[in-house]
Amino acid sequence: MRDALRELSRNRELLYIITWREIRIRYKQSVMGLLWAVLMPIIITGAGILVRVIGAKALGRGFNVSDIGGIAVKALPWAFVVSAIRFGTISLTGNSSLVTKIKFPRLVFPLSSVLTSLFDMIIALPVLLVLLPFAGGRLSIALFWAPALLFVLILFTTGTCILCAAANLFFRDVKYLVEVVLTFAIFFTPVLFDADFAGHVRWVVMLNPVASALDGLNATVVRGLPPDYPWVLYSAIVSVLLFWFGVVFFRRLEPRFAESV
Amino acid sequence: MSEYSLQLDHVYKRFRRGERHDSLRELIPSLVKRAVTPDRDRALAPEEFWVLNDVSFQLRKGETLGIIGHNGAGKSTMLKHLSGIMEPTRGSITVNGRLSALIEVGAGFHPDLTGRENVFLNGVILGMTRAEIKRKFDEIVDFAGLEEFIDTPVKRYSSGMFARLGFSVAAHLEPDILVIDEVLSVGDFAFQRKGLEKMRAIAKSGATVIFVSHNLQAVAEFCQRAILLEKGRIIEDGPTDQVVRRYLDTAAAHETRVTRGPVRISSTEISSADGQMGRFAAGQSARIAVGIEGRVRTEKIAVVIELFNTDFYEVFNTSSERLGHPPITIEPGQRTECKFDVELNLGPGTYYLGVYLYRYDVEKEYDHVFPATSFVVTSDRDTRGSCNLYPVVAKFGAVPLPKVPRAIAI
Repeated sequence: MRDALRELSRNRELLYIITWREIRIRYKQSVMGLLWAVLMPIIITGAGILVRVIGAKALGRGFNVSDIGGIAVKALPWAFVVSAIRFGTISLTGNSSLVTKIKFPRLVFPLSSVLTSLFDMIIALPVLLVLLPFAGGRLSIALFWAPALLFVLILFTTGTCILCAAANLFFRDVKYLVEVVLTFAIFFTPVLFDADFAGHVRWVVMLNPVASALDGLNATVVRGLPPDYPWVLYSAIVSVLLFWFGVVFFRRLEPRFAESV
Repeated sequence: MSEYSLQLDHVYKRFRRGERHDSLRELIPSLVKRAVTPDRDRALAPEEFWVLNDVSFQLRKGETLGIIGHNGAGKSTMLKHLSGIMEPTRGSITVNGRLSALIEVGAGFHPDLTGRENVFLNGVILGMTRAEIKRKFDEIVDFAGLEEFIDTPVKRYSSGMFARLGFSVAAHLEPDILVIDEVLSVGDFAFQRKGLEKMRAIAKSGATVIFVSHNLQAVAEFCQRAILLEKGRIIEDGPTDQVVRRYLDTAAAHETRVTRGPVRISSTEISSADGQMGRFAAGQSARIAVGIEGRVRTEKIAVVIELFNTDFYEVFNTSSERLGHPPITIEPGQRTECKFDVELNLGPGTYYLGVYLYRYDVEKEYDHVFPATSFVVTSDRDTRGSCNLYPVVAKFGAVPLPKVPRAIAI
């Protein structure tokens, strides 16, 4: 693990330039340019509002503005998670000519997918910040939790990307599996809905480490409450383990990439 | 530091023939197995083979090594091991110094990015820092000869321009050890020449160079030492001349042919008076000997010889009949030999000799062997092209221009 980090820091220029390439390509020759980064979270938020309004009607509950903030604050990181995992999974196979022709740490590829998606999130972040005060965002001491929660989410995403990228190199159908899971993940991850809606089976929803992190973001940013500590701890432990396992596993398989891709 | 820049010690590499059909069901167990079990000591399974089989050699600092061999001999796999892209199943590879491998020019180039952007991208991928690239940028662009197009996306480049830019980035790496695959075969002739000169300069600066090529002439000119690979083994390791000759011998042996004609060509050889084969100096005299065996009585046979360069352009062609020798008749079970004396007034390069038996009056071809053999011509003069005019510079000096009255504008 320490070797991996040292190797990466030696190759940080490479990581930078591969990420730069991804970003450059994504926004070159596109009509909307950087608006793309904002579009996805807006669509997710829009869908969330629709679901909530319908749900409110059906259940006879009220719908208030702070729900919009709650959805938006989860939609943005969710868009990041989905896009990073989607691009991360195909990051090695998509660069097979580099994998077979040039020697450098292959971890650069999944990591650059994460960084590229992170860049998208940062681009869209100001929009969210402008929106939040009008949509139920609240300034409180709990806000200090938000960066930590984001970090956990990034760690989890990175670990998943690394594992999926290596697996997809050996088995090309992994990307279809990932695609299916990502498509339906919105139903079992509390993005459009809140984890509390699940009532006494809330813990089933919270087993998903992304769920506990997103739920924490909702609590800290919109409700001004501290996150659900046990679940945040759980999410952090799973993410760290996943990341650690991903890196070790990836490095063990790395020597066989060139001949198997 | 060791005196060797590269050491290979009993390197083996296992490959699998055919395709592996893995399904998702086997995913987890198989991945875990791959990550956990070393397969160093496992014996070969039936569908497996050694693509590198007990390869050992050492390379001193500053040495230039050529690796030659037929297709599938393991050259590319060897390169991938030297550059660290693949790891050997067994054995060890020790590298002392910064190694750069040039297996493909323009690796990582993205068509939508401009030439400038790609230079930085490719440079960093090959191991330079951005500061280093910035410093050498003008030199790189200048070498590629692409100043006007450097801000154009490379998808608008011709394939030659693309390759030139890629090679140019790689040529400015300044490694201790440079590993080069067939990449010099890019671009037009002038650029290939320029590339070879650049490599020579890198070698002269003290770098160790490993060069893999089908271009025997380039290998012969450039490398002091060569190894010949066959089926993953080193079958010859020594001075380039000797290894190239062995390669050409095996090349002829690879040529298998079944003829059911009435006569067949049984052997073709080109040698100089002192028995030299495979490699000649330009202008040297040589003898081409063609052995012929008869199966059925055949009348009026003439022997035609043809010479092609590496572009398979016909450089020379003649026949016994056209040289005024009457055709001969062969009886069954008889063998004969036809010998031509030639002067090899050829430019430096590799040439392929073909032979056929022909009857002129009925325009019938009996047997045709191509390439029957091949050889390399070297020259002390740096000339290009297939013929050699033995040029010297007779005069080259400046004199003042005659004074011409200025033209008057009308």
